[in-house]
Amino acid sequence: MDFGFKISPSSAINLDKVDLGKFEELHKAEPDVYKCMACGSCSSTCPASRFSGMSVRKVILDLQRGREKEAVALMRNCMLCGKCTMVCPRGINTRHLILSICRIYMEDGK
Amino acid sequence: MKENIVIIGGGIAGLEAAGQLAALGYKPIIIEKSDHLGGHVAEWHRLFPDMTPARDVVGGLISRASGSNIFLNTEISFVNKLKDSYNIMLSNGISIITRIILVTTGFSVFEAARKEEYGYGVYDQVMTNRDLEHWFNTGKDKRVDNCAMNAVGFVHCVGSRDEKAKNPQCSKVCCITAIKQAIEIKQRFPEAMVYCFYMDLRMFGKKYEDFYINAQRDYGIRFIRGRVSEVSENIDGRVIVKAEDTLSGKPVKVTLDLLVLMAGMVCSQESTKVANMANLPVDSDGFLKSRDNVTAIIESPKEGVFYAGACTGPKTVPETLAEARAAALEVHLYIKSLE
Repeated sequence: MDFGFKISPSSAINLDKVDLGKFEELHKAEPDVYKCMACGSCSSTCPASRFSGMSVRKVILDLQRGREKEAVALMRNCMLCGKCTMVCPRGINTRHLILSICRIYMEDGK
Repeated sequence: MKENIVIIGGGIAGLEAAGQLAALGYKPIIIEKSDHLGGHVAEWHRLFPDMTPARDVVGGLISRASGSNIFLNTEISFVNKLKDSYNIMLSNGISIITRIILVTTGFSVFEAARKEEYGYGVYDQVMTNRDLEHWFNTGKDKRVDNCAMNAVGFVHCVGSRDEKAKNPQCSKVCCITAIKQAIEIKQRFPEAMVYCFYMDLRMFGKKYEDFYINAQRDYGIRFIRGRVSEVSENIDGRVIVKAEDTLSGKPVKVTLDLLVLMAGMVCSQESTKVANMANLPVDSDGFLKSRDNVTAIIESPKEGVFYAGACTGPKTVPETLAEARAAALEVHLYIKSLE
């Protein structure tokens, strides 16, 4: 029956149902991905962030919360300039990390 | 005549101060209410950040303090202020006249059951940091034996930074203790998913940040920024934890086999009792009030009464030991000034 409206899906993250298979693969290739402490340095320095919302912090977080589609959509805005790698206080090679994410998560590899 | 020095509390602060005073030629008197020395640290298994066995630390302190007069299972019945000294009556009937009291009465662990929303004492699979240390020491705990240990959670700031629980202060050691215990769980159960629910991670001490990076990179412990709002029980006895993942701005839910509450430090009843008997002021945070919080943390406003350790606020083991040494020297200088 069509009421003309429907219940919106829950935005809650259920960690019991998150499949981290690909993230484990990413972690093998990039052990430093676990070191992110969500400080936001990468996002604030990112030249693409102000018009596209690109944020490596958000990408890493989304991948761990099973929000792979959102993460991949964000990643498409990256210009691979590498500024985030220069500012990361934990020394994560974010540029290399982004390339690994592309390889593992983007089905066509692009 | 040798000066009487009364140390109230035989935890690590009292023991370290006694050891130092013994080295300076005094014979202090330690009054301990329980049947063992070493206080809370004696009940711990390993200490951050180097995983030092707590037993070794306490054992060393006890052997250095062994020249003292030690009264176990003894409490203070009352303290009378005389003209220039104190008369302390003990529960075993002995009375001591002294000009110097060193208060090392320490802290109590926050009663986790008071945070009802976390279900301690209600749900089977909820325990505290102290229960977990007890399991590390004895290997006996039905909460651990009864579950598959696939997923374990740690809740930071239980009874700390919590005005409703009347403890606005940070307990200082819980962040790093959670990381230590999370690593120990991962070492014993490498397949377990381990989550830490935190508000801030306060890694202020030597090598704490290294320990944190270690937990992230080498043990894959998941840190979720958000205070647990409620815990409920599943039909199969596991616990469901709800929090907000404040970094992604979304509610998060996870089912766990075991939930460990990082209960904080509050002023012990003994500290408050001694403060009442000796007429010592209590600070706004519930701990004993020092003469000055910057320059004289180990001195009470009363002449001849000194503090060391967590009776004046949450402290780590090295901080407590440093204060105990400082207090011993302060006592020594005070006695010299009386001569």
